[in-house]
Amino acid sequence: MNPNEIVCNSIYKDLFKIRSEFPVLHQKINGAPLIYLDNAATTQKPLSVINAIAEYYQCYNSNIHRGVHHLSQKATMAYEESRVKIARFINARHAHEIIFNKGSTDGINMMAYCFNKKYLKKGDVVLISAMEHHANIVPWQIFGQENGVELHAVPIDSSGELNMDAFRSMLDEKVKLVSITYVSNTLGTVNPIKEIIKMAHRQQIPVLLDAAQAIAHTAIDVQELDVDFMVFSGHKMYGPTGIGVLYSKETWLEQMPPHQGGGDMIKEVSFERTTYNRLPYKFEAGTPAISSAIGLGAAVDYLGTIGMHEIAAYEHELTGHLMTSLTEIEELRLIGTAKDHAGAASFVISGHHNSDIGELLNQQGIAVRTGHHCTQPLMKIFNIKGTVRASLALYNTHEEIEDFISGLKNAISILKS
Amino acid sequence: MTINQRQDELIVRFSKMENWLEKYKCIIQMGKELPAMDAGYRKDANLIWSCQAMVWVHSEEKDGRLFIRADSDAFITKGLIALVLYVLSGQPVTEIAASSLYFIDEINLKEHLTPNKSNGILAMINGIQTLASEGRLVAASCTI
Repeated sequence: MNPNEIVCNSIYKDLFKIRSEFPVLHQKINGAPLIYLDNAATTQKPLSVINAIAEYYQCYNSNIHRGVHHLSQKATMAYEESRVKIARFINARHAHEIIFNKGSTDGINMMAYCFNKKYLKKGDVVLISAMEHHANIVPWQIFGQENGVELHAVPIDSSGELNMDAFRSMLDEKVKLVSITYVSNTLGTVNPIKEIIKMAHRQQIPVLLDAAQAIAHTAIDVQELDVDFMVFSGHKMYGPTGIGVLYSKETWLEQMPPHQGGGDMIKEVSFERTTYNRLPYKFEAGTPAISSAIGLGAAVDYLGTIGMHEIAAYEHELTGHLMTSLTEIEELRLIGTAKDHAGAASFVISGHHNSDIGELLNQQGIAVRTGHHCTQPLMKIFNIKGTVRASLALYNTHEEIEDFISGLKNAISILKS
Repeated sequence: MTINQRQDELIVRFSKMENWLEKYKCIIQMGKELPAMDAGYRKDANLIWSCQAMVWVHSEEKDGRLFIRADSDAFITKGLIALVLYVLSGQPVTEIAASSLYFIDEINLKEHLTPNKSNGILAMINGIQTLASEGRLVAASCTI
């Protein structure tokens, strides 16, 4: 960005304030100011989230739903308010379409169990893409193996974009579910989700969207997308760890069996049989992560005060800056150059090991991720063992990108010397 | 020199270095100078650590002493390997088995010994000590 350019995006004006709200960012690592570029792994938490969790434990810690006393009622109210906030955030039709769980992985595992149990039989196909995280591969193998359900992966091209012709041709009558990522955690590719959903729906095939890497970067309207299921994690959207969401259209949730039995999910239990509670409780057995759910509600509030469209526009500029700067490094090969790109930039440095690069960046206070990023099949496609991945959040700055590039050049020159 | 004398020597050498850059340059240089293992030894049976960086170890016992060769595909890991081999290789088997490698902590490379660190130095040290005490190679890996 040209520093003389007049900027209208409010994040530029508020960046100092925004950064001041994230205590973790203000420290030195190995003597250098921390530059945190591992946001695709987890984002940092603003004070409002940290305070919401602390306030729950300090003021009204109690178990929810069953207590008649004041604290329990207050905790229940906060927990359920959080569900309403999240429903509004993604524009779900009903709050009971929001199922709290541990995170995206938990959500896909739940889907793999419930959907498989209710709808899938031998020879049926779950269609994924070649860029999926292991969390959208392994659960289907675990639960699908039991009844012979097959997993097929739509190929990608050399830039990391989904091959839509292949997708079209693979959408045959055997496909009973499309389960696909919105944004690739390794490549940063943004998949054409609207088109994918429309194509699948034309053949009455439901779609499960892994929005783990999209939820903090773009506004998502589940009704507009008409997506059937969607998972995301709290900790990748400035909320706490241990909490996530499965969104599902009400009709599917009514039909699918629960995946876990226990407290809160029942209507009536006898030794002979059990009837299940109404939605969403049918899918929330046991005491949930109450403080984390409340913290996630605070994270959604926080994102709301800044605005998802503002965030998307700001991060789009940051990502462009990052990608352009990376291409200027001679020995660097970008892994993932899709036209529609968000969040993460992955690369390898010719002749040098990713972990050496990561370690020398760490010595300069720069946090990136190195490795296969839980996408081993994708690494095989690119014929590499892993990448260095820099991933952005709304609190990152253009100056940090400059410092990262200079740190990266420094690391390469140290290794070459 | 004994294991501890070698460790002390390294501690003195590293204590003279002023900053991380000098230290890492030295480690990387040691890694580059450590002869690569013959391709025949870079086999799965010698793979003591498999993660982002791989570590292969081959050892031979002669007159009660353990002579160790090791290699990695990452320079920094290979440099750390060179340090460990300088301290341990050629030492009596019994002393290797009972050794405590305090030099890594002393030269401020302790973070390389955390179990989640992907470069495998901890696994390599444990592996060499298991080799010395039990005569068998135990492989480890990570999931990063």
